[in-house]
Amino acid sequence: MTMTRRNVMVMGAGAFVALGLPMSASAAAEDAITEFTGGADMGSEGVTLTAPEIAENGNTVPIEIDAPGAEAVMILAMGNPTPGVAEFKFGPLAASQSASTRIRLAGTQDVVAVARMKDGSFAKASKNVKVTIGGCGG
Amino acid sequence: MAENVRPRVKAPRQASAGEAVTIKTLISHPMESGQRKDSDGNTIPRSIIHRFTCEFNGEIVVDVAMEPAISTNPYFEFEAVVPEAGDFKFTWYDDDGSVYEDTQSVALA
Repeated sequence: MTMTRRNVMVMGAGAFVALGLPMSASAAAEDAITEFTGGADMGSEGVTLTAPEIAENGNTVPIEIDAPGAEAVMILAMGNPTPGVAEFKFGPLAASQSASTRIRLAGTQDVVAVARMKDGSFAKASKNVKVTIGGCGG
Repeated sequence: MAENVRPRVKAPRQASAGEAVTIKTLISHPMESGQRKDSDGNTIPRSIIHRFTCEFNGEIVVDVAMEPAISTNPYFEFEAVVPEAGDFKFTWYDDDGSVYEDTQSVALA
């Protein structure tokens, strides 16, 4: 087989998918996202997730979401025993679709925010947080 | 009912009409996740606050569904519009059915 540029690209993509699957989160987290979006595609623009790169204590990790024009934002911790963290619904008197809170992370993992916009589209943001001491007991 | 649950809210007492104000809330609560085990190896049952709402004169500002991954002493910070003088009403719903409430009046500057 000659190594054309196209072949290399295809193999690269295949390898990426194969490597990516075991690293992507538990099935429960994927299910939660599907339930929230109804299986719709998610854009990457429109939602910002701010979280520390390294959290010393997984018991209380400060995070902040900002999703202008969103009506609801779901937050998931992909590596926790139960991935759900919180779902914010913004009412008519919310001045901005942003909020901050503190969450528990069991270990180093991706934190994901999925926003449902008023026009029915979805956006997703993800941030990897390194956790030195996990926050789920045990 | 969890012991010593005390809500604390920081919101301005005065605002001009239509102004966006920042609100911070904190409530003391252990938020037992249901994942931990006691010294005998028995799972400690889950006991958390599962919902928090903030209303202004009956209109929703935020409504948060909370899971066990929210830290002990849940803290929230968000922004609200104050269209008129009135009351912010904060409500926390516990797993055991208790409801904790706090109100904060805002006057027009």
